[in-house]
Parts: sequence; C-alpha cells; structure tokens
Amino acid sequence: MGNSSSMLTQYDIEEVQQHCNNAFSQQEIVSLYKRFCQLDRNGGGFVSAEEFLSVPEFAVNPLSQRVLRMVDGLNFKEFVAFLSAFGPRATLQQKIEFIFKVYDSDGNGKVTFNDMLDVLHDLTGQFISEKQRKQVLTQVLEEAGYTKESLLVLSDFVKILGSSGLKMEVEVPVD
Amino acid sequence: MSTNQGKLKPSSSELDLDRPNIEDYLPSGASIQEPHGKLRLSDLLDISPILTEAAGAIVDDSFTRCFKSNSPEPWNWNVYLFPLWCFGVVFRYLILFPARAIVLTIGWIIFLSCFIPVHFLLKGNDALRKKLERVLVELICSFFVASWTGVVKYHGPRPSMRPKQVFVANHTSMIDFIILEQMTAFAVIMQKHPGWVGLLQSTILESVGCIWFNRSEAKDREIVAKKLREHSQGADNNPLLIFPEGTCVNNQYSVMFKKGAFELGCTVCPIAIKYNKIFVDAFWNSRKQSFTMHLLQLMTSWAVVCDVWYLEPQNLRPGETAIEFAERVRDIISVRAGLRKVPWDGYLKYSRPSPKHRERKQQSFAESVLRRLEEK
Repeated sequence: MGNSSSMLTQYDIEEVQQHCNNAFSQQEIVSLYKRFCQLDRNGGGFVSAEEFLSVPEFAVNPLSQRVLRMVDGLNFKEFVAFLSAFGPRATLQQKIEFIFKVYDSDGNGKVTFNDMLDVLHDLTGQFISEKQRKQVLTQVLEEAGYTKESLLVLSDFVKILGSSGLKMEVEVPVD
Repeated sequence: MSTNQGKLKPSSSELDLDRPNIEDYLPSGASIQEPHGKLRLSDLLDISPILTEAAGAIVDDSFTRCFKSNSPEPWNWNVYLFPLWCFGVVFRYLILFPARAIVLTIGWIIFLSCFIPVHFLLKGNDALRKKLERVLVELICSFFVASWTGVVKYHGPRPSMRPKQVFVANHTSMIDFIILEQMTAFAVIMQKHPGWVGLLQSTILESVGCIWFNRSEAKDREIVAKKLREHSQGADNNPLLIFPEGTCVNNQYSVMFKKGAFELGCTVCPIAIKYNKIFVDAFWNSRKQSFTMHLLQLMTSWAVVCDVWYLEPQNLRPGETAIEFAERVRDIISVRAGLRKVPWDGYLKYSRPSPKHRERKQQSFAESVLRRLEEK
C-alpha cells in the first residue's frame, strides 16, 4: 500500500477488496481510505492508539481498550479487513467470530470464565461489585448448560448467539 | 483499566460541569436494546451494540468533522480551465499579493505614526486617548480586511456601547476578531499567542482592553471569570467580545459553548459569522498552519467574503441555568449561520473526554443487568 499520503490506484482498491473478501464496495474503500488518512495524522501509514483515542466518541466507549488492542497499528489493508465484520454483507458467522476475538484476548481459541468476567467488568465498571459480577455470570452460564470451568470455543458462541439477531452494521459515509 | 495513556490529559472535572447531557445528542441508545425478560447468557455475551458504536466512531465521528478544512473543489481539471487557473494564480501572487502587501504596509505606517504619539503623549488625558486609540484600531483592522479584499456584509443594528452587555460569536479563525473589530472596537478575551501575534496582542490590543487566558492552566478559569465580570461591569470599557466555543471550528459546525460568558449577569448579544466557501476557506486549522501562513493564504486568494449578523440581545430567562442559556444562544447563532451543532467540547482537541461519559454508559448497562436478573 505504501505511504498513506499517496493516492489509491485501482490496483490498490482491488487488492484491499480482495483482502476483505468484498466486504465493502470500491467507493466505500475510497471513503475509508480518506478516513484512515484523516486519523493517521503523522502520516506513518498506520493509526496509533493515541490517534484513535483522540476521537472522543471512540474514547468514551466502554470497550475502547479491547477494540484498540485489535486495531492499533494496522495498515490500511488490515484496517479494512478489521472493519469487514461491520460491513453490509458480513455474515452472522463473521460477526460472531469478531465478538469471539474480542473476548479471547490471548487468542488461544478458548474463552474462559475470567475472559467473560473481564469484558463484563469493562461494560459495567464500578456499578456492580466483583462478587455480584461473578454471581451473575455463574448463574447465566449454568442456566445455559455450562459451568464456571467451561472453556467456550467459537462453536459455543455460534450456538449461544446464533439465534439472536446480531445488528452490527456500520455505515461508511460516501461523498 | 487505565484510559490515560499518552500525552493527552483527562479533562478536569470542572470542565464537565459545563456540559449538558451528551446522551441527549448522541444517536446511540442504551447499551442493551429493548432490555426486558430474564437475563440469559446470550444477553451478556452479545456486545454487538457497543462494538458497533466503537466501529462507528472509527469510521466517522462528528467531532473530527468539525475541524476538517473544506478546500473548494479543484476546478482546473481540464485543458481549457487549467490555463485560466494558471493565469489566476499568476495574477493573485504577482499582482494582487504585492498590491495588498503595499496597502497593508501603508496602513501600518499610518497606524503606527498616529498610535505611538497618541499612546505616549496623551498619557494624562485618558478619555481622549482611549477614544483615539479605538478609532485607530478600527482603522488598522479595516486595512487588514482590505488586504484580503474582504467583502463583509453586516446585518443588524451596530453594537452600542452600554455597560452590562457582552457579545458572543462563533469562531472560525482569528480573522473573525479583525472583521468584527473594524466595525466596532471590542475588547476581547484571547489565548496569548507566541511570536509577532503575541507582540501585537500585548501592545495594541491592550489599548482596547483585552483579557488573556491560558488553556492549560486549571486555575486560570476562575481568574478569567473574575476579570470578565469586572470588565463587563465597567461603564466605559469597550464592549466585550467572547468566542464561547473556545477554539476555531470549520464554519460548518458549532461545538458546545462554554458557560463563562453566560453567567456574568449581563445581556448577551449573539453575532453570527458565515464565510463564503467559494472564495476561500477561512477556517484556521491551527494544527496544520501557523497564523502567518494562514494570513498569507488569505492574501493570495481572490477575496474573503462573509456575512456578519448582529442578532437580538438575549437575557437569562427565569429558571434557566447558564448552560441552558449558552445552548439557547448557540442555537440562535447556529440557525442564522447555517451551522450544525455537535455535542462536543472544543477543548477535546487538547484533552481526553472525562470518564464520566463512559461511566454513564456502564451504569445504565449495569442497572439493566441487575434489573433483568430479578425477573423470573
């Protein structure tokens, strides 16, 4: 992709489109590129954590740190691939995979009780005590047929989330 | 979980008291959609709404849009237009620019040769000195405006000098001040700048009465508030001009007004300024350009065309808080100047949002979880 300040050629656009499995149209990729360059203020070819956090709407999000870990330092091609779970043509499988990756912070393919507890902590902050969080999580896990010691894999997530309508779409503004 | 990484500091809690509820503005709803019914594992694991908000902010956000420069569409793209554009460039840089520079220099010579004697020789006779200095400042501002071929249309009654009134305006560039100053010598509250601008500020602007602030000083706010109050009460001080946004915005949007100007117990007279983008983008993107470069850019453009509306003076309504008053006036100005309102504090350019916003989201999620746990 080269220097982020250069213009995108048709080849570049097609390469990016292929890399993200056609999740976005060519026009959307051009818009995303403009946005990427806007965020990448120092022109390093990637957007740093600092630059992401300078967007106030992002910084106030409870899961910003987790998302940041996944998106920090990506080049444009990887950036678009990252966003493909939020594209209009993303499948339910892709969305669930993305959610799984957010939980599975060490990337070993297994989500533990503590992983889920950590995310719940991010979502609820100081407004639920640690004890209560453990209680709530244990209770819903057991009702769903798992235990505290269960290690959830992707297929478990597919089973649990597959029936709820996951609305995870982001609109890319096209001039 | 620490969020304070990097050089930006979290904003002090004082700034938070300035803001009305952001949740009223932001399009996103509560973190759980339609929460009812017993809590199940899928409800806890389904973080899709929050992730969507995060991704949405990555893809587009209203805050960044406020500070995007709007360069006009390049129109020199074909064989016929390109030579015309080249001719235009030559004309602007080699004919217009020198002519304007000469006009400006003449203006400065006239100004300084009158101002310096008046300032030093009339030290005893304050009233006359002030009056002359006021006229001279209006003069040099007119010269500045002429040096950009400024075409300014003023609408509405000219500001009068009365005690207990302040003027507020939307802010696009430091030239806002010059454009308004050529009509009426305002006293202004400004960030102290370095370099030649700072020199001008401390010498000439002192004569019309200026108040300095320093964004990075936390205690500064109280000192400045006190100075504002003192100035506005004085009968023969120049009317005070305040830019409540606190930072330059790109003339398409307006960020939240700081309440400082609205709690002085004075009448607030709104002024709306709208620049015509076709001629030049007057937005001073202080991150991208120094003020000198900005001025040079203006002096090599065809013209600076803008409209200034002096709007109806507003008073604090009974039962209205300062923040509500500020928002009401922001509304009046934004409607007149065709600006879109965003719920962000301009100072977020320099600091991170306070944890309060995130905590509000966390709190509403936590409450809904606990509530649904009770349901059987």
